[in-house]
Amino acid sequence: MALTPPPPRGTSRPRPGPPPAGTDRGTPPDATPDAHPGASPGEPRHLTSPLLLTLVLLTAVMFQGPVRGALAAPVMQSWMTVFVAVVLQALPFLVLGVLLSAAIAVFVPPSFFARALPGRPALAVPVAGAAGAVLPGCECASVPVAGALVRRGVAPAAALAFLLSAPAINPVVLTATAVAFPGHPGMVLARFVASLLVACLMGWLWQRLGRTDWLRPPARSSQEGRSRGAAFWDSVRHDVTHAGGYLVVGAMAAATLKAVVPAEWLRAAAGHPVLSVLVLAVLAVLLSICSEADAFVAASLTQFSLTARLTFLVVGPVIDLKLFALQAGTFGRAFALRFAPATFALAVAVSALTGAVLL
Amino acid sequence: MSTRLNGQAQAALLFLLGATVLHAGLTDLHLRYVKAGLRPLLLLSGAVLIATAAATVWHERRRPPHPGEPHREPRVSWLLALPLFALILVAPPALGSYSATHTGTALQKPLGFPDLPARGPLRLGVGEYAARAVYDDGRHLRDRPLTLTGFVAMNGTGAPYLVRMGLNCCAADAQPVKVALTGAIPPVLRPDTWLEVTGTYTPRRTKDPVNDGPVPYFEVTRAAPVPAPSDPYDGAWGG
Repeated sequence: MALTPPPPRGTSRPRPGPPPAGTDRGTPPDATPDAHPGASPGEPRHLTSPLLLTLVLLTAVMFQGPVRGALAAPVMQSWMTVFVAVVLQALPFLVLGVLLSAAIAVFVPPSFFARALPGRPALAVPVAGAAGAVLPGCECASVPVAGALVRRGVAPAAALAFLLSAPAINPVVLTATAVAFPGHPGMVLARFVASLLVACLMGWLWQRLGRTDWLRPPARSSQEGRSRGAAFWDSVRHDVTHAGGYLVVGAMAAATLKAVVPAEWLRAAAGHPVLSVLVLAVLAVLLSICSEADAFVAASLTQFSLTARLTFLVVGPVIDLKLFALQAGTFGRAFALRFAPATFALAVAVSALTGAVLL
Repeated sequence: MSTRLNGQAQAALLFLLGATVLHAGLTDLHLRYVKAGLRPLLLLSGAVLIATAAATVWHERRRPPHPGEPHREPRVSWLLALPLFALILVAPPALGSYSATHTGTALQKPLGFPDLPARGPLRLGVGEYAARAVYDDGRHLRDRPLTLTGFVAMNGTGAPYLVRMGLNCCAADAQPVKVALTGAIPPVLRPDTWLEVTGTYTPRRTKDPVNDGPVPYFEVTRAAPVPAPSDPYDGAWGG
């Protein structure tokens, strides 16, 4: 392997430069749920993961005939199509978000955010929320970027406001909404107002009630003593494999629901004013549609009221299954379990109110 | 035994994933799952994934072995192998009659109806025929031969529809537009067969049993099976 062993560059265990507050800590001491149970460094490993990967790949190739047969049922086929579609659709945006987050983590100094954002978190929240308008992507891109912001010392409340607003109020999504609802220009305004409101309220709520120990900043191997290029690619590699795994979980859940939920149920619920709002809110969570596409799906749910469809558009980008999985992966399960239900309740309440006023 | 991915395995996984995404993007495979417009982004992300794999291997070799094994990632990363298998080994088909019969027709009133040539035979998309038949009273469609292409789906009672799925973003939000067939229908129709039907407009309508959406009829005079188009989805509607 290594023909010319390079000079030891970064064997620094006690790190020379004190890291800025709120940034990296090598491996979090609080045991993450999937922390290695007994992988001590000196443990002899006979079956290494490259070997395991090769074995898995070869087995899959060997048994592709039976596997195809088992997957020939129409339900399974449509499940797989939707699964692959969600992954393929989200992957480019995830990769772009990861590149952006790696660039923030490696090349933008923490002092930049200290200058760009107001010092008081109460003011930083709406500024960060409005800044979400400039990230043209869907929720897959915003999670890694928000993670990088937290690591770079941005107040979590502000980073979370950005996380919630970015997928909902960027120009791409608002244009899609205008195209999908040609007869209702108020829909675009209502979506913008309600989504920004939810983002800011959640930011302030986190600032008042949130506790730092719920938030596990993404574990990162130490970057000191390494070149910026190495740190950049290490960050990309880590985020893609990590968030990508959670994306697959979310895609599986979304495909399952798409294949299983019968359309007749929706028809029964549409007639009831309160129930219809709740049903579309739950549906937005379960379907996990990318925020750039959800307006078209909402437009096709013609049997539902405009307020119910607004709820669908506000809830979907801030919380859905795929997003929950990504948040749990980036910020930790303790965070996601508290943050997601609060976001859901607030998003439903705000969009019902906005719908009553604006639509 | 370790079930965690180390740097090399991650690089291998990322390389395979990137190569698969590139393969799907360079062939027509991606058209089964996403809109054609996503293609540049797919190619770009495939290239980035391969570059990440290369950079990981490169830095791994230059770096002295680290006692803390910082490269080990949670087991959830293994799941990235699933879309890989699904795309390489199975390559599931585009959504077909199963989804079409479980989803209500998504016909919506378009913003306007551009004029069509005044007379002569006409080739229309399923969505365009349905929209003009239902919302424009078939104004430009009367008394002329029309040709539609779509796949066959049966509703619960065995009545045949000609369907085209429309995409806004990816197959997860695909929605069908249905046209009911009447007239000289072939005696044996298999769901998911692609048909090119020639016939005429008829004002007869029905309702989709799934969502009560409007479904126009089409009077078939001739039907011929055709191979599935490279882009199985109807991109002409929904923006």
